[in-house]
Amino acid sequence: MISSKPAHLQGVYDVVVAGGGPAGLGAALAAREAGAERVLVVDREKEAGGILLQCIHAGFGLHHFKEELTGPEYAGRVLREALEHGVDVLSDAYALDVLPDKRIKLMSAEHGVTLIEARAAVLSMGARERTRAAIRIPGARPAGVLTAGFAQRLVNLQGCLPGRRVAILGSGDIGLIMARRLTLEGVEVVGVFELMPYANGLNRNIVQCLRDFDIPLHLSTTVVQVHGRERVEKVTVAPVDDHLKPVLSKAWDVPCDTLLVSIGLIPENELSRQMNLRLDPVTNGPVVNSAMETSRDGVFACGNVVHIHDLVDFVSAEAGLAGRWAGLAAQGRRPPEDNVRLSAGENVGYCVPHSLSTEREHTVYLRVRKPMEQSVIRLSSSDGRFTVDKKVRYVFPAEMINLKVGPRMLQNFHGDALRIDVLPR
Amino acid sequence: MLCARRSLRSRGLVARPAPVTMPELLDVVIIGGGVVGCAIARELTRYRLRVCLLEKECDVGFGTSKANSGIIHGGHHSDPRSVKGGLEWEGNQLWDALAADLGFGFKRIGELTIALSEADLPVLENLLSRGRAKGVTGLEMWTAEHVRAAEPNLSQDIIAALHAPTTGVVNPYEACFCLAESAVRNGLDLRTETTVLGLSLADGIWAVDTSGGTLHTRFVLNAAGLFSGDIAALAGAPALAIHPRKGEEYLLDKRLQGHITRVIFPCPSPVSKGILVIPTYDGTLMVGPTAHSVEDPLDLTTSAAGSDEVFSSVQRFAPGICPRDVIAQFAGLRAAADGDDFVIGPTSQKGFINIAGIQSPGLTAAPAIALRVVGLLRDEGLGLAPRDDFAPGLPAPVHFMSLSTEAQIELAERDPRYRRMSCRCEFITEGEILDAIGRGAKTLDGIKFRTRAGMGRCQGGFCAARCMELLARELDIPFTDVTKRGGGSWVAIPRLTGVAQEASHD
Repeated sequence: MISSKPAHLQGVYDVVVAGGGPAGLGAALAAREAGAERVLVVDREKEAGGILLQCIHAGFGLHHFKEELTGPEYAGRVLREALEHGVDVLSDAYALDVLPDKRIKLMSAEHGVTLIEARAAVLSMGARERTRAAIRIPGARPAGVLTAGFAQRLVNLQGCLPGRRVAILGSGDIGLIMARRLTLEGVEVVGVFELMPYANGLNRNIVQCLRDFDIPLHLSTTVVQVHGRERVEKVTVAPVDDHLKPVLSKAWDVPCDTLLVSIGLIPENELSRQMNLRLDPVTNGPVVNSAMETSRDGVFACGNVVHIHDLVDFVSAEAGLAGRWAGLAAQGRRPPEDNVRLSAGENVGYCVPHSLSTEREHTVYLRVRKPMEQSVIRLSSSDGRFTVDKKVRYVFPAEMINLKVGPRMLQNFHGDALRIDVLPR
Repeated sequence: MLCARRSLRSRGLVARPAPVTMPELLDVVIIGGGVVGCAIARELTRYRLRVCLLEKECDVGFGTSKANSGIIHGGHHSDPRSVKGGLEWEGNQLWDALAADLGFGFKRIGELTIALSEADLPVLENLLSRGRAKGVTGLEMWTAEHVRAAEPNLSQDIIAALHAPTTGVVNPYEACFCLAESAVRNGLDLRTETTVLGLSLADGIWAVDTSGGTLHTRFVLNAAGLFSGDIAALAGAPALAIHPRKGEEYLLDKRLQGHITRVIFPCPSPVSKGILVIPTYDGTLMVGPTAHSVEDPLDLTTSAAGSDEVFSSVQRFAPGICPRDVIAQFAGLRAAADGDDFVIGPTSQKGFINIAGIQSPGLTAAPAIALRVVGLLRDEGLGLAPRDDFAPGLPAPVHFMSLSTEAQIELAERDPRYRRMSCRCEFITEGEILDAIGRGAKTLDGIKFRTRAGMGRCQGGFCAARCMELLARELDIPFTDVTKRGGGSWVAIPRLTGVAQEASHD
């Protein structure tokens, strides 16, 4: 364990970061590199690193570190980098509130409840998993219905198992990873059931976690009933029709003692709501400009708290941006104004950031609503006089699209709003 | 870790372990630790009596009471000619004192019974005159404008509403825990996870065979809810038919806090109060319940049809409410007796008293039922000598997040248990979890219903492992022995490292 707790907290910090996962640690490092003197990361776990610490599989870091790392290795690297650059990392602590004057109320096992001053703040609280209730799976409420991430914690951090015979609802990446992990632990994984006609996780996970282990993936199929009084005894699953309605006449029972739910993540915005930040109803994260600044001056956000990423590498890239601007903001330098609002159009669920500048280079992250082959990403002005197309081979909701947008691309654009559509070619 | 337990016990926070044998004769055995059994138990501990409460679940309130809507009804809904009609208003008036004594949350937030058409108006008028005849105070007809001003998020189609300021909300399980804890502090012998297997009467003494041994008592109170028919049969009392009637409820995200601020009833039909919008004591909105008869008294399943029924019904008068905001769903079973009234009274079996068929407004009526049962016991010959050392109150629990910043700083400085956030959705500190364990929580649900940890948006995704670690430490049990709610509701098992280990756990 890399330990580094600051012996005492300073009265004033340039940047305080809420959440010490890869987003927060990356932002803290970038803030230091941008010249911020005193940077503090607050993390609620005993050891900073975030959810990566329970992701003991490999596959992280191919973009950011140009090599394949496990989750704890990736977390260890970003933590070490932050510490080597003089970031204070306070683990076993919790950011309770960011007051309007940017004082931050902290709770810490070592320091109790304290108020510290911050010139800028970064929100990087990550995400939580959607639960069974979010999709209202009918049936009984026994023990044994749990999110895939909680199961991952049980296995990889607590050293125990969630059950002996497991069904998985949803083909999100965590569920796929857990299908393999549990199989390796000797647990029988009876199948993965996905409501949509396509998988929701990365293709490499479908191959490496399911196919390689002969775990069946049932597309267009969902759990329609949970059975069991004290503990799950079985689930009833049924195929769904074109309107995603279960066809109960074709339902069948799957005996199991555990149902893992892997149906996606939601940004964790308890703190953002408390601060009354503007939130995007689609991402459920804060609305941010091209410097990753939220609706409150000097408060930045990055990582899964803004929108859900597939790869931690892109979280690190986004964190670099947020942290740099937070570091500069702490030194009195405001990010330049954006001059264009960005909106999601046809077959685009959302795009982040929510605004940009025609003067600078940006990476716009977006996600499509439905898969499409041979498509084109189109940027257009509201009057339709400006359009620019970028061809893409195929797009999936499960794979975030990174779109480089810069002054050259927008040289003929005049206006204050750009729309992004993903259209068939 | 034994030290931690000992210290809890020395502070009187853990119930004394029940003795293996109890040779002495009890005065009263109460079967069933729902809100009714707990209210009766606490009322009886005011007197010099030996009282034992038997509960088959791992905690009090874990049957029908836990799934109750949590409404203290205004007093005007039930027919005054029925048993429940009288006890409803009487009970309503007892809740302020009870909440003040025991320190649980209770708010009289008022209710509106709404009219969507002219045809509804006579029903509201009838409710109004019925309530006034009972003496229910403050009932008032509101115009459409008045309703809109008070509840702007209700449908614009509402033409009038009956306002009852006497309606309140509580957390039903919290009421159970507090009643039981108060009773235990005043001498109640509370035995959870104890099932009644047989009842026999000889020479005026009842032998109560339980999964934990045999008790002898002069009186047996049948407050067994859904199972009171079975208990009556064991006692050889006249047949008591209980018909489970299921109600599904859907709890919504707290982002809707304040969307609706009063309990909203649709215009009632002759058979049902309808599907309601309930701002719970904690500020979350709950919608439900359905009302459908089922055969199985253990059937707590929710259904797609139930969800559709609830939302389509509620959206007629509260259009801003939608299934997208559901964070939890559950079902409860009302224990309805023939005739749909409460069955309270002695039976042909001397000393065996039924308190059965307690459906809505049972929670409201519970404190009044308790008083009535004390009266019945007196009539049946039980001597009631008041104790002079009865302590009506309970130490107030800490709600860390509702403290001022100064108070939080001071408390965390003084007590390091309040330096860790255990539940990120409801903001529950480790200190509050430990307090709940000290007060009797033995399971994840025991913690959840005492503190709200695990009840929020993430439904335990974050706090469950933390709570399991704390339970394991405080109760000195392995992590994998922690259950959701007792019995076979295990959460995790040890790694399958060998055949022996696997077999040992089966």
